[in-house]
Amino acid sequence: MSAQPNHFAPLARLLHWLMALMIIAMLFIGAGMVASVSERHEWLIHLHKPLGIAILLLVIVRLGVRFSTRQPPLPADLPGWQVLAAKASHVLLYALMFILPLLGWAMISAAGDPVMLSSSLQLPSILPANAQVFAFLRKAHGYLAYLLFLTVLLHLAAALFHAWVRRDDVLDSMLRGKDRG
Amino acid sequence: MVDRSSPPPRPPLSAASLTLRLAGIAVVVAVVAGAFAYVNATLDPQRLTPKKLINVLETNNGVHPGFRRNHSKGVCVIGHFESSGEARSYSSAQVFNEARTPVVGRFALPAGNPYAPDNSVPIRSLALRFTQANGQQWRTGMNSMPVFPVGTPEAFYQLQQAQSPDPATGKPNPAAVPAFFGAHPEAAPFLAWIKTAKPSASYVTETYNSVNAFYLVNAAGQKQAVRWSMVPLVQDAAGATAPEGGDFLEKDLVQRIATGPLRWQLNLTLANPGDPVNDASKAWPDGRKVVNAGTLVLESTQPQLNGECRDINYDPLVLPAGIEGSDDPLLAARSAGYASSYLRRTSEVSQLPAAKQEAQQ
Repeated sequence: MSAQPNHFAPLARLLHWLMALMIIAMLFIGAGMVASVSERHEWLIHLHKPLGIAILLLVIVRLGVRFSTRQPPLPADLPGWQVLAAKASHVLLYALMFILPLLGWAMISAAGDPVMLSSSLQLPSILPANAQVFAFLRKAHGYLAYLLFLTVLLHLAAALFHAWVRRDDVLDSMLRGKDRG
Repeated sequence: MVDRSSPPPRPPLSAASLTLRLAGIAVVVAVVAGAFAYVNATLDPQRLTPKKLINVLETNNGVHPGFRRNHSKGVCVIGHFESSGEARSYSSAQVFNEARTPVVGRFALPAGNPYAPDNSVPIRSLALRFTQANGQQWRTGMNSMPVFPVGTPEAFYQLQQAQSPDPATGKPNPAAVPAFFGAHPEAAPFLAWIKTAKPSASYVTETYNSVNAFYLVNAAGQKQAVRWSMVPLVQDAAGATAPEGGDFLEKDLVQRIATGPLRWQLNLTLANPGDPVNDASKAWPDGRKVVNAGTLVLESTQPQLNGECRDINYDPLVLPAGIEGSDDPLLAARSAGYASSYLRRTSEVSQLPAAKQEAQQ
């Protein structure tokens, strides 16, 4: 039992790919809705809010899974700066996927708007209405979403680097449950 | 703890293969980033965005930090709505079912300059926020005109552009607006109305119209297209005209409300099948059924610089269960544009004249 696993636990892999889809969809939905005045603006907002709360719930589950399962180690020959970049970018990814939905919820609260996930499903406000707090949170939500997008791009590039250039098992450990070959 | 033991031997990549593989990664990243840049309009500069909509208002009116980018001059009002119960069969919204719903509203001039004289435009507006007991809200922004000049956000944007200062002269091109209306026959009902409209002497004697259409949805899920109007229960004698001076509307409102609450009747006009629901430039024919949904009672005023209405975004698509937006394209554009204006002005609250005075004291 003390041997390091070669792969992420099945639940960890399921959460990773499900949330990858949701987060990329969410980033595109967010960027599109604030750049649109058409009906698209409306239906994208109606997707954005419940999807954000779903991501918030899933990231809580995911952090639980992360700390209760074993992760495959990084390759032994990975240069130190790449190990550091891998660890730091994962901390950033987890932090942003947790903070962004909370910021969205908080900024709607600070605007004094009802926090509606559908035409009748309402969440409580988590902050009192305050215009200046709203403006700060709304900007933070936008900038941090761009930071998340850049981090996701870096993550994607690094995964492909492992698979195509280094040809190690890093991408495989998230793709499959069995050893190669 | 040892890391993964002895990785399988990997033959080194040739320079060509390495370059190809790195280029492959670059292409994947570039495709995703490019798609994102298209979606956020960076690579789609022709798209009308909320930012452009608000920018053109700032170009035409100047930037007045902390103020709304349109309907900038106004006054907050506090009151409540008393439901008649008659709209209950059309909408499950609590506002039509409960006896009383608190309201925070705002009367305003439809201009982007907070110092515009009251007699500079013949239109007045009334925005309302109803806060239901269940926490859901109904926000509506109404105008005293019966129809909107145009039916689409693109046409509205072009109408604003026609009023923008010409960079060469610093003044709007006087031929631009007539040229716009020449190319937009849908504006005829609005132009016919504005020809006879005069700046009213009071906010209190005006009828305020939703202009856009919405759907009421009842408990059985049946949908009915409606437009609504707030019709004043007070009428001045015919011929009352706007006094001289630029700031009579707020004074008049404060004086009248001091003598007692002011009342409007909320009329819901029900569309017949075939009436245009998606075009705010078209009036519905006379003879439509009208439901008296209840009475708006306004009891006090607050200055807009520190009143409750200041930090409310009267987004017409903040709706309770039982009221839904129609496919009128102006509704989504108002919602998107107001959000952009709201972020700009809430970022500038500390620059408002009232905030400055408070800080100096």
